[in-house]
Amino acid sequence: MSVDSATVKKVASLARIAITDADADRLVPELNNILGWIEQLGEVDTKGVEPMTAVIPNTLRLRDDVVTEGGQRDAVLANAPQGEHGFFTVPKVVE
Amino acid sequence: MASTAYRVHGETGEWEVVIGLEVHAQVTSNAKLFSGAATEFGAEPNSQVSLIDAAMPGMLPTPNRECIRQAVRTGMAIGAVINKWSRFDRKNYFYADLPQGYQISQLFHPLVGEGQVEISLDEKDPEAEVKTIGIERIHVEQDAGKLMHDQHPTRSYVDLNRAGVALMEIVSKPDMRSPAEAGAYLAKLRSILRYVGSCDGNMDQGSMRADVNVSVRRPGDEFGTRTETKNVNSVRFVMQVVEIEAKRQVEEIEAGRRIVQETRLFDPDRGETRAMRSKEDAHDYRYFPDPDLLPLELDDAFLEACRASLPELPDAKRRRYESELGLTAYNAAVLTADADTARWFEALLAESARVQAKGEQEVARASANWLISDLFGALNRLGKDLAESPVSPVQGAELLALVADGTLSGTLAKQVFEIMLETGEGAPKIVEERGLKQTSDTGAIEEVIAGVLAANPNQLEQYRGGKEALFGFFVGQTMKAMGGKANPAVVNELLKKALG
Amino acid sequence: MSDITDLGIAQLRDGIRQGKFSGREVADAFVVKVSRAKALNAFIVETPEHAIAAGKAADEALAAGRPLAPLAGVPIGMKDLFCTKGVQTTAASHILEGFKPVYESTVSQKLWDAGAGMLGKLNLDQFAMGSSNETSYFGNVISPWRKRGSNAAMAPGGSSGGSSSAVAARLCPGATGTDTGGSIRQPAAFVGISGIKPTYGRCSRWGVVSFASSLDQAGAMARDVRDCAIMLEAMSGFDPKDSTSLDLPVPKWEEGLSSDLRGLRVGVPAEYLVDGMPAEIAALWQQGIDWVKDAGAEVVEVSLPHTKYALPAYYIIAPAEASSNLARYDGVRYGLRDLPEGANLQEMYAATRAAGFGDEVKRRIMIGTYVLSAGFYDAYFTQASKVRTLIARDFDNAWAVCDLLLTPTAPSAAFALGEKLADPLAMYLNDVFTVPSSLAGLPAMSVPGGLDKDGLPLGLQIIGKPLDEQRVLNAGLAIEERAGFTARPDAWW
Ligand SMILES: [Mg+2]
Ligand SMILES: [Zn+2]
Repeated sequence: MSVDSATVKKVASLARIAITDADADRLVPELNNILGWIEQLGEVDTKGVEPMTAVIPNTLRLRDDVVTEGGQRDAVLANAPQGEHGFFTVPKVVE
Repeated sequence: MASTAYRVHGETGEWEVVIGLEVHAQVTSNAKLFSGAATEFGAEPNSQVSLIDAAMPGMLPTPNRECIRQAVRTGMAIGAVINKWSRFDRKNYFYADLPQGYQISQLFHPLVGEGQVEISLDEKDPEAEVKTIGIERIHVEQDAGKLMHDQHPTRSYVDLNRAGVALMEIVSKPDMRSPAEAGAYLAKLRSILRYVGSCDGNMDQGSMRADVNVSVRRPGDEFGTRTETKNVNSVRFVMQVVEIEAKRQVEEIEAGRRIVQETRLFDPDRGETRAMRSKEDAHDYRYFPDPDLLPLELDDAFLEACRASLPELPDAKRRRYESELGLTAYNAAVLTADADTARWFEALLAESARVQAKGEQEVARASANWLISDLFGALNRLGKDLAESPVSPVQGAELLALVADGTLSGTLAKQVFEIMLETGEGAPKIVEERGLKQTSDTGAIEEVIAGVLAANPNQLEQYRGGKEALFGFFVGQTMKAMGGKANPAVVNELLKKALG
Repeated sequence: MSDITDLGIAQLRDGIRQGKFSGREVADAFVVKVSRAKALNAFIVETPEHAIAAGKAADEALAAGRPLAPLAGVPIGMKDLFCTKGVQTTAASHILEGFKPVYESTVSQKLWDAGAGMLGKLNLDQFAMGSSNETSYFGNVISPWRKRGSNAAMAPGGSSGGSSSAVAARLCPGATGTDTGGSIRQPAAFVGISGIKPTYGRCSRWGVVSFASSLDQAGAMARDVRDCAIMLEAMSGFDPKDSTSLDLPVPKWEEGLSSDLRGLRVGVPAEYLVDGMPAEIAALWQQGIDWVKDAGAEVVEVSLPHTKYALPAYYIIAPAEASSNLARYDGVRYGLRDLPEGANLQEMYAATRAAGFGDEVKRRIMIGTYVLSAGFYDAYFTQASKVRTLIARDFDNAWAVCDLLLTPTAPSAAFALGEKLADPLAMYLNDVFTVPSSLAGLPAMSVPGGLDKDGLPLGLQIIGKPLDEQRVLNAGLAIEERAGFTARPDAWW
């Protein structure tokens, strides 16, 4: 599988990274080089092999239903590039 | 028995509508699914946000046991397969209400598998027309935050209080075929969740909302292309969406256009659905297992505890009310439709049996009738719901006991009840202080009867001449003269004697 | 008395206790060293006040006769991937420039609780993506080492390049690192220091900026094995805030140190003898084999048949996880926001991320997005996850016949900055020996073995069974004692 400029632009859009046509063209051979190389994985016979789910055997612990955090609006908003009246703000969205 | 199938009548013929619902139900819990922030409704903006909910760098999720437990109990309540091994996956997309840039959900291995919900389509007789709606799955996932668009001319405001609250997504099979079925399904699901206690079912607070998948086809054909109308938040709206969307699709198809698989929004004010711009390109969610979380493995002890904690569910309760308590099918259905009603009724029943020293089945019918006709009628008039009732189950039982032991006639009981509603006082006190007691004092009644006969010589003559229908007239006159307080049985008896 | 900054963690710790010097003197000495080493660009932020406060606290405790914490008064460097409360944390990215966390990562908090002080936030490859420390928004880190007879700036390795450079230049006696595919071991090897990545789950990931969650693991970098053991002990331990954290007690690794390897079998994986391995690397490997034999170990040849697929599997899994982990950098709640005139929300995201992320980060996000996208998920991600199972199984099979594995750390000595920048794939191949153990979550460390013909350090890697950091450290110690590595770079900076 190899990518073309249109695919690169589509992927960049999915990843929300603005790219120019020139960027896309430059990325095409670069990504194809990497993708071509990772495709050697296809050689491996993985029939009957389960995908790894836990790196080290371990089970998911469940937390008690207790409120331990909150009431820290200023801390939550402290690094916000833009905020007003206790809200984060973004360019107006039309739903 | 089956009602006529619901059809959309198009210009080119009849269309069948196919409906599936994805219901998002907020899990009742103190803290969020993956963080220790509170879930309470209506808090100050961003006051219930943990650093995890705000997706600060390096923050990690840890799952809340209660959310898992409630989802498992819900699954058990709909007879579903509980998967002892499940996993959380990430659903990736960018939106301002989604701080992480992904929603932690379950795609590949949901917690709950297939189950079913039975719906009744005949209100008067719940067993008359029953349909089973298949459940595909229930998975657990995070809710998103809230955007406000009307606070500023060029900005939307982001409140993350809801972000990370636990939801159950209950996905039905495309088994519904009419607005009524969709409505009945949602109502039934809400009832079950409220019984289980896994969701408060407050639809106007967004605790439960449905994504309504609708498609149309010629009866018996393959499924058509469906649209998904998001976040519909009442039973009535769900029924409206089905109706509107089916009609729109039929019009589109009949005009030679194709239905596009898309996400739509319901506008209740305009009574229409429209395509949602913000979700236009959200087709490729790049799901993959969340590497911050390990697989969720449940043991038998956990599942057993979940099962043991399940209450009696609405259908079982309804059947028991009929068979054990001898209630009518209608009354049983009314009393079991909502968990709070059933709880109120059972408190009334227990108290009635106690104060009257009788078995529950002996007091059940009178209790049910009073609750359904008198109390519900009064609450309706007052615009209150059962939780706000000025009369408690204990007070109701006192009133019913006074009727049962002959202290109050039906008429007097209604008077006393009105006073209870107004003053909040108990029936015994009202009866005592206002002298509303029914009398069986034969001497007093005989005296009044004598007066009535003396005052109505014409009627007396006619009666004695064979016009027996006048008996009721004398009863009425006697009762009136006694201010409604005489025991009607005693009045009857003494009148018969006096009239000869 | 020799220069305080020539001392390692154990010596500083003991010296403060014994009153040979005060914690304040220690802090001051390193603070000065740091302030004079700007040419290395190892630090993004310097925090002398933090180190000095820890030094003073140690002195006060000593004066008051209170027991001293394990690292009381020892100043260290903190990789700028660990969130530090009130101190800018950037992951070396423009997108986080100016970000001051309101929280402290578990690992850094554990170090402060152990009495350590912070000299500053160490530079790194942006979001820990890189093997040469050339992807930082804050400029390349320069290795203190130079090729004999050359002034060319050398790569300190990556992504913990600030850590490796600072420790090698004696700017700090130890530093935290993080290792996703070799980011502790390879830079340690490039600058002639030791570095250990513990078993996945030993160190909490809470508060560490995520690169690839299933691989990221914090660890220690220091001048010798003992110092690594001391530091790692302070950093490790169960954290309920990290679901992947291991609920196990932390062994007393320092106390357990022993260079006696009798009774142990050390495996040498045949597949690590890759085509074109430089003769010097092969010779060093052989030297390492001889050293562990000398320490009493039996050496056996083992096979890890899926080794060659580790790198391609890694370059699917790590970018896939990263593409999702880095979605939160969107200009809404913290960090950079680029809002072009008239841009809508989605355009703001795209502009912010284009301006905020460096080229390598974007490249990996693109790869990760692509391999997860509709239609490709199974062929790439699922297949890579299955191969990962096979790689872990290879190690399990090896543990049936040996207790440890010995390999070179990297396929070459340090290269010059810029040398591999044009070819991402060539850069990725640097991690060929370190990635397999990362995929399997195993503890592994690099210790210096010697110098190459140009006078640059070379490292040997020891890989252990899950949770067996002790034997990894012990084998490292055995090699360290035999290698007698004392070379250090001349101070040109
Ligand atoms: Mg949906
Ligand atoms: Zn959902």
